[in-house]
Amino acid sequence: MTEAVLDPKAKSQGEEPEITAEVVAEHGLSPEEWEQILGIMGRPLTIAELGIFSAMWSEHCGYKNSRPLLKTLPTEGAAVVQGPGENAGVIDVGDGWGVAFKIESHNHPSAVEPYQGAATGSGGILRDVFTMGARPIAIFDSLRFGSLDSPRSRYLLDGVVRGVGDYGNCIGIPTVGGETVFDPAYERNPLVNVMCIGVVPLDQLIRGEAKGVGNPVMAVGARTGRDGIHGATFASVELDEDGADSRPQVQVGDPFTEKLLLEASLELIERDLLIGIQDMGAAGLTSSGAEMAARSGSGIDIDVALLPVREEGMTPYEMLLSESQERMLLVAKPEHEEAVREVLTRWDLQAATIGRVTDDGMFRVRLDGKIVAEIPVDPLVDDCPTYVRDGIESPDVIRARESDLDEYGSFESDRAVQDALETLLDAPTIASRRWIHEQYDTSVQTNTLVGPGSDAAILRLPAGGRALAASTDGNGRYTYLEPRVGGRIAVAEAARNVACSGARPMAVTNCLNFASPLRTEVYYQLSEAVAGIGEACSALETPVTGGNVSLYNETGGKPIYPTPVIGMVGVLQDLEQRVPSAFQSPGDEIWVAGSTRDEIGGSEYLAAVHGVVLGPPPSLDLDEAKRLIDFLVVAAEGRLARSAHDCSDGGLAVALIECGIQASGGPLGFEADLDAVSVDGNVSEAALWFGESQSRVVLSCSEGAGEALSSAAKRLGVPLRRVGTVGDRATSCRLQGSGHHVDVSIDALHAIYESALPRRMSEQVGLTA
Amino acid sequence: MKFGIVRFPGSNCDADAYRAVTEGLGQEAEYLWHKSHDLAGVDVIILPGGFSYGDHLRAGAIARFSPIMKEVVEFAQGGGLTLGICNGFQILCEAHLLPGALVRNAGLRFRCHDVGLRVENADTSFTRDYEQGQRLRIPIAHAEGQYVAEPATLDELEAEGRVVFRYVDADGEPTAAANPNGSARNIAGIINAGGNVLGLMPHPERVALEVLGNLDGLGVFTSLLHTVQASATADGPAALAGVGP
Repeated sequence: MTEAVLDPKAKSQGEEPEITAEVVAEHGLSPEEWEQILGIMGRPLTIAELGIFSAMWSEHCGYKNSRPLLKTLPTEGAAVVQGPGENAGVIDVGDGWGVAFKIESHNHPSAVEPYQGAATGSGGILRDVFTMGARPIAIFDSLRFGSLDSPRSRYLLDGVVRGVGDYGNCIGIPTVGGETVFDPAYERNPLVNVMCIGVVPLDQLIRGEAKGVGNPVMAVGARTGRDGIHGATFASVELDEDGADSRPQVQVGDPFTEKLLLEASLELIERDLLIGIQDMGAAGLTSSGAEMAARSGSGIDIDVALLPVREEGMTPYEMLLSESQERMLLVAKPEHEEAVREVLTRWDLQAATIGRVTDDGMFRVRLDGKIVAEIPVDPLVDDCPTYVRDGIESPDVIRARESDLDEYGSFESDRAVQDALETLLDAPTIASRRWIHEQYDTSVQTNTLVGPGSDAAILRLPAGGRALAASTDGNGRYTYLEPRVGGRIAVAEAARNVACSGARPMAVTNCLNFASPLRTEVYYQLSEAVAGIGEACSALETPVTGGNVSLYNETGGKPIYPTPVIGMVGVLQDLEQRVPSAFQSPGDEIWVAGSTRDEIGGSEYLAAVHGVVLGPPPSLDLDEAKRLIDFLVVAAEGRLARSAHDCSDGGLAVALIECGIQASGGPLGFEADLDAVSVDGNVSEAALWFGESQSRVVLSCSEGAGEALSSAAKRLGVPLRRVGTVGDRATSCRLQGSGHHVDVSIDALHAIYESALPRRMSEQVGLTA
Repeated sequence: MKFGIVRFPGSNCDADAYRAVTEGLGQEAEYLWHKSHDLAGVDVIILPGGFSYGDHLRAGAIARFSPIMKEVVEFAQGGGLTLGICNGFQILCEAHLLPGALVRNAGLRFRCHDVGLRVENADTSFTRDYEQGQRLRIPIAHAEGQYVAEPATLDELEAEGRVVFRYVDADGEPTAAANPNGSARNIAGIINAGGNVLGLMPHPERVALEVLGNLDGLGVFTSLLHTVQASATADGPAALAGVGP
């Protein structure tokens, strides 16, 4: 075959460079990996073949460092229809309907060009969902930035929010939830994770397969250009100081074309015209072609001269590795090739038949008939070497975790408590996200029952009277201080948020954002966090159906906090049983479920008020977490609670105030006695007010209904204590506990909470530093 | 009766309008493909929200030249009831079926949230089921919703009762704070002189289903139904309610 490779025409479209050790290294392959590739091929490679291996064996596509760890995660459950390995996971939600969902990162592109980085991240994850045959119904954005005191962070936040917003808004998919966390650890390496959820009739589910010898392989959508070449490799190395040199690797999104692709794809799938379909995402034509063939045990033979291109003179290497957006690869049923073309033309989309399915197990690429690359599919897709490394915990982290926190445990005065409370409500991580989510269309598609600002977003499902609840969560600070606990808590908190809405948590998609796994301390974080995620998913019976790994999140040697983000979906059997998170009416009783422990380590209180990230994160007992979830679901089914809100960043005091601030008819004051809560051991003043002990929820019920709530809690082994009563708008928030009192109007607290982000963002959005 | 909902390639509120008509109102609806010239005998045309052709140039600027718009314009000019929501309002202005234009929001950002609206004229074919001065809560979702027009045009609209919806605060007052996009005189929706073409930026079709807990938008659809039913019993050309103050 090498003769064909040296075809003069192929050379004329770009010099065939010599493959030296340097060229191999530039492609991110180690000398050992290169030896293995030469062994597979048994001959010298063409530059196109090197490019193909480089992309498929990158961290992004090959999961070199994470695959052995990911294999330990529980992936099976009664409701799982499609687990990891496809474009998206799918669960059965009843009445013949499935929910397809997946989360993905676009961290490096967003660090370089926040608007396009975030927009194309949204575009990619939407395609992953609708290529399963599912119509996307919701987007969630899980974001991490540096401090908003820095102009660069403000620039990144502004660009990312506009990018996520414009893309989803234009296509008409509501962005209904997510979280935003601010910490200097993300200053130069923001995290942009986007989850998409879609609904699909299960009999219409389709996969990324290339079956049936001779079936046409079609490239559909946007033309292929030189943008994003080697994006997958880019995502697999750390950023240089300013990232500017990487700008050509960022792609540009066009949501209008995506909308056409979405509608056309769903029509093709509904009419059963396709064998398989896949997004040309990371590593473009290379990964989509090779992966589709690998899933079916087939081969694929394509001629890139037939690929619609945007620019003259592109080489096969460039066409194979381009990450131009809004493109799909599909395999049509041969008898329907014309019908497929008709649908695509009606939607004004390009459609070119670029090759055929074969049965010889080869990924074969031609240029005008001459072979330029020919690689056996199985080793290309499956034999990417994986590494199990030694992880060693950093002594710095051990020191931080074992620090004495006594000096932070008490307050000098009542005023100090109120100041801390106000500081926390003004902390961008805790404060209202309204500035962000009002830039997102949250109500298009008329499924949104509960939108942003609640513990979980709730959307009605097509299946009879049911609703979907979903949330994203992940705490980098906890995971930094104790990775296994951080992994567990990410799952448990996401599940708790879903359960607060009344839904039974069902399944998980995860996005693992870590620094370079080549560092022993980072590999330790990764392996421990994945272990924690696995433990929690097993205990809570929420299997992992897919996800994404983003490594090398560090800039100039500064790693981010290890940040596993969990996307959790759950189902409410009766949408009328949904539970809001905020207080409902004056006179309602306030209750707190769960036990408070002497835990302030890793808290937002320590970070925002004292400027330190120290101590062990709160402990998490998985049995306790499970019992609480069961209680929340039972309370919703029995309509025992009028509201339920998870206690997380800022602890009990902040959770109570959020319940008052967010009351749907306008803020409601209340009085609450923190000393009434169930405690486990001696609890410091700070831990009582602002500690982040897990498995705690603030509930409210109508006057006199507390008894039924209590007996349900008792039956399920959940401590539940009455702490106060909801007042009206004129009522101040009167909180007392551990000998301190705070008495402040709910309107004043509301103003702090709402103004935190707009105040910081109204300062001119600084340009990139 | 039958509603026709125009589908441009980038329409994204077409399905919501469809559900509002079929599930909310219990009437028939049919999509009208933008490349078609057939209005399928519908009684009312809805131009739904979205980004009709990507709107890279200006919202609605390309849509007005699409094939179906020839028939839509003829339908509207012949007195046919035509409702433009959000992007549909932008298209109606671009097509000169309504005066003025919609430009980038004063705050330059996309905004989506519920707004307070006051029904300024309950004596139209689109609002007859509301009370005059009734306050509604309906979501907006747009980046280009700032209504602008010449002062003389605005005066004429006001004088003829053709400002149909205005952004108002909780007390029903058209304050600056209640104006989400900087629209002239807090205008959220207007009607043509013939009283048969209405455009508004807020989305009544998103609040027309019982399950969503807010039915403030349903009145637009019931009003249209009752208008068409009244004209059918009058057994003549559409007996429009007119727009006189």
